[in-house]
Amino acid sequence: MNPEIRDKYEVVIGLEVHAQMLTKTKAYSNDINEFGAVPNTNVSIVSLGHPGTLPKMNKKTIEYAIKLGVACGCEIARDQYFARKNYFYPDLPKGYQITQDKTPICTGGAVIIKTEDGQEKSIGITRIHMEEDAGKSIHDVDVFDTLVDLNRAGVPLVEIVSEPDIRSSQEAYNYVSEIRKLVRYLDICDGNMEEGSLRCDANVSVNLKGAKEFGTKVEVKNMNSIRNVQRAIEFEIIRQIEAIEKGEILTQETRSFDALKGITISMRTKEAANDYRYFPEPDLQPLFVDQKQIDAIKSEMPALPRDLFLKYTQKLGLSEYDATILTDSKSIALFYEKLISFTKNYKGAANWLMGDIKSYLNQNGIEIENFPITPDKIADLIALLDANKVSSTVASQKIFPELIHHPEKNPLQIAEELNVLQDSNEDSIKGYILEVIEKNPSEAERYRNGEKQLVGFFMGQLMKISQGKADPKASNELMREMLSSTSSDNSTSSYN
Amino acid sequence: MYQNFAEVKKALSSGVSVLEIVETYLSKINENSDLNAFLEVFEETVKQQALEVDKKIKAGNAGRLAGMVIGLKDNLCYKGHKVSASSQILQNFESLYTGTAVQRLLDEDAVIIGRLNCDEFAMGSSNENSAFGPVKNPINKNLVPGGSSGGSAAAVCAGLCTAALGSDTGGSIRQPASFTGTFGLKPTYGRISRHGLIAYASSFDQIGPFTNSIEDSALLLEIMAGCDAYDSTATSRSVEKYTSFEKPEKLKIAVLQESLETEGVDSEVVSKMNEIIEKLKKEGHTVENVSFPYLEYMVPTYYVLTTAEASSNLSRFDGVHYGYRSSEAVGVEATYINSRSEGFGPEVQRRIMAGTFVLSNEFYDAYYTKGQKVRRVLRDKTDEIYKNFDLMILPTTPSTAFQINAVKDPIQMYLQDIFTVHANLTGNPAISLPLGKHSSGLPFGIQVMANHFKEKDLFNFSSYLIEIA
Repeated sequence: MNPEIRDKYEVVIGLEVHAQMLTKTKAYSNDINEFGAVPNTNVSIVSLGHPGTLPKMNKKTIEYAIKLGVACGCEIARDQYFARKNYFYPDLPKGYQITQDKTPICTGGAVIIKTEDGQEKSIGITRIHMEEDAGKSIHDVDVFDTLVDLNRAGVPLVEIVSEPDIRSSQEAYNYVSEIRKLVRYLDICDGNMEEGSLRCDANVSVNLKGAKEFGTKVEVKNMNSIRNVQRAIEFEIIRQIEAIEKGEILTQETRSFDALKGITISMRTKEAANDYRYFPEPDLQPLFVDQKQIDAIKSEMPALPRDLFLKYTQKLGLSEYDATILTDSKSIALFYEKLISFTKNYKGAANWLMGDIKSYLNQNGIEIENFPITPDKIADLIALLDANKVSSTVASQKIFPELIHHPEKNPLQIAEELNVLQDSNEDSIKGYILEVIEKNPSEAERYRNGEKQLVGFFMGQLMKISQGKADPKASNELMREMLSSTSSDNSTSSYN
Repeated sequence: MYQNFAEVKKALSSGVSVLEIVETYLSKINENSDLNAFLEVFEETVKQQALEVDKKIKAGNAGRLAGMVIGLKDNLCYKGHKVSASSQILQNFESLYTGTAVQRLLDEDAVIIGRLNCDEFAMGSSNENSAFGPVKNPINKNLVPGGSSGGSAAAVCAGLCTAALGSDTGGSIRQPASFTGTFGLKPTYGRISRHGLIAYASSFDQIGPFTNSIEDSALLLEIMAGCDAYDSTATSRSVEKYTSFEKPEKLKIAVLQESLETEGVDSEVVSKMNEIIEKLKKEGHTVENVSFPYLEYMVPTYYVLTTAEASSNLSRFDGVHYGYRSSEAVGVEATYINSRSEGFGPEVQRRIMAGTFVLSNEFYDAYYTKGQKVRRVLRDKTDEIYKNFDLMILPTTPSTAFQINAVKDPIQMYLQDIFTVHANLTGNPAISLPLGKHSSGLPFGIQVMANHFKEKDLFNFSSYLIEIA
């Protein structure tokens, strides 16, 4: 699309993110809440909607929703009222979903994201409410029939509704990434979009810049990765601008994203929309949340990615790039937090974690939780390096691999066993240098006559006779000094 | 013939076995099959149960209800047994579990003899809305037994079981109790768990007993009441000892003036009320007329709110997961439309339609919201009365039982509930006592209402009133 045309328009996006809560049991029954079980096995008379059954509140869901609300700086409602959202669908056995309508548990608040040009931007949160998931209709397994799996029916969800503050598909991508990071840090959702435990619907509209009103809103559904959220929105922006440019009038509708074709397809128009007939759920008593409970949840909150990011950049002096990578995943951040409790070399710790440790994890396809070396041992290794007791090459190529096989040993012990402890004692280095110069008088002569590149040859010889243990940095300096000032007939005594 | 638990116990102590008692009831049910009270007799399981209870009695470890033979309204779930809410849509549906109230009876060694006819999904006041035919009033078989728990009332009246359970959403226990001369109790909302009761209107429904004695009513409440992990609306308030009747001190009793002045109330009902008022005054109690000018709002409010809840509660009967599915069901929409159109009777369909309407976006505020507000006002005004009075008395029904097929206009039928919906709208406990005897020979009930969770007062007073009236 012609960037000039595109630039005439402002894009307005609001997102609704559904996150399945990681509770042990479902929202209103004792059924197990887990992904991937044999279809229709995690069900009971309650989730099957049998006659005479009633919901029983899983209070954990309130705790989780409050955690998220606190993390986003939301107002937490004290009285929890529930409502029924009525519609017929084969994967909805009761014919209604229990949700919150007029009184969501959290209102207000914001999520901070990065814009394309690296600026921080606050995306307002309209509301966060609790509801139960429906079952799953499977249309592509059986040729003739739609199959229904009710394992998901009654799984607790939080729905996070953003203000229409998002202005590009990249911002939408960053927003969903941020939400995913947040729910993972809070341990309330595994954030797996492919398995559907995190889902996103986007409300997209475009309008000419400066227009007083937003354009016609289109809802886009069925995006099963953050990347697809971005793709679907991008497609929708261009589709809408092109339509307007052609003089077409957009209709308020719901569209579905086809990831294979990369396009959105109309599902239903507003006229065909359901009247959900919300009304207060009479089977659940309102639940009261007191300040004590909120305070208790606050006091148990883990460090959040943004807090850690600010700490790393402002207090520890790390670059934004390093801080971003370290806080991207909670487990990496936790490892780093432990690591820096044993060392003050924050940059070195970050480098080890993002370098050797991450490549080991990647090569072996494991998570940091299964990394064999404990943070204190990594800190010991950093200390050896900082004291110039080992070279960085030795540390990463000799000690680190050995430590992985023998995580019970400590780095110093390994360095000793491997005989790789570096010699940075000036006197002993000088001894090695003299020996090298004495053994190679003609090369020394050539050096003094201007062939300064021969220092590399001498360093090689030095490493050979010191068995690699001479501290290269210190040796290099001394070598140049001694090569320049000695002549072949000078006695060694002046240096002793 | 055992009309109440006292007679059963007497028989037991004279050496009659529970099995023999059950057999007596079974033959009695057989003789009275024309009443159409029982939809199904659990002949196999009830005899099995009886044998087990007999063993327990011999071993000296039988529960408090050993020997009591109970029938269940066909909207109460009992594991391994059919439950249909007297509807085609659940014909042949078997429950996978036993509801809490029924389980508590079983735990005290009651035996369950069968399931009793009722209006479809408890919607009706004459038991003419059952998919399995009307129930006849044992006192006069041309008359209705009342509804919706008509089968329960008829069975207890005719002595086909010692007691029966019903459910009361707008009078479905008390009105049939009035028409059959039995005791019918609707406890405070939340006193008995609704787990296992097929919902009609969740914020109104309560399970309650039909009995031939006040003692049996109190005993059954005592056993069924109490909090329940399966129903968060069941209260954790402690259960009092309802069975130890204490003679009440001097009471302050309110009479709702409008209930005696409303058009259509049988004059003999009014004079019975007045007779009772005089007796109470003579006994030294204070009885005062209280104006409660909301009577005309109660039935409309009741129907707006109950149909709204019902339209949602009955959504689960959709022909997809269980119950009746139309043979014309091809595709999702046809499955819904045909299964529900064929499976539900006309009154149920009428109420689903009405409820869907009052909850619709366009009319929500005009009906549902307004209904909620009126309900709030009624509750507040009723609470005000209980600040000054201990109890309230009023007729249960405006008249005695009417002829089968006599009331054809649904609105006229809805007015049957005029004195009973109050307790459901406000959640108060109420009991219908068989104190009235019409010159036609038919019984009618006098209703006593109490403040929330004051069932103890209700029983103390009721047992006293029976003595003096």
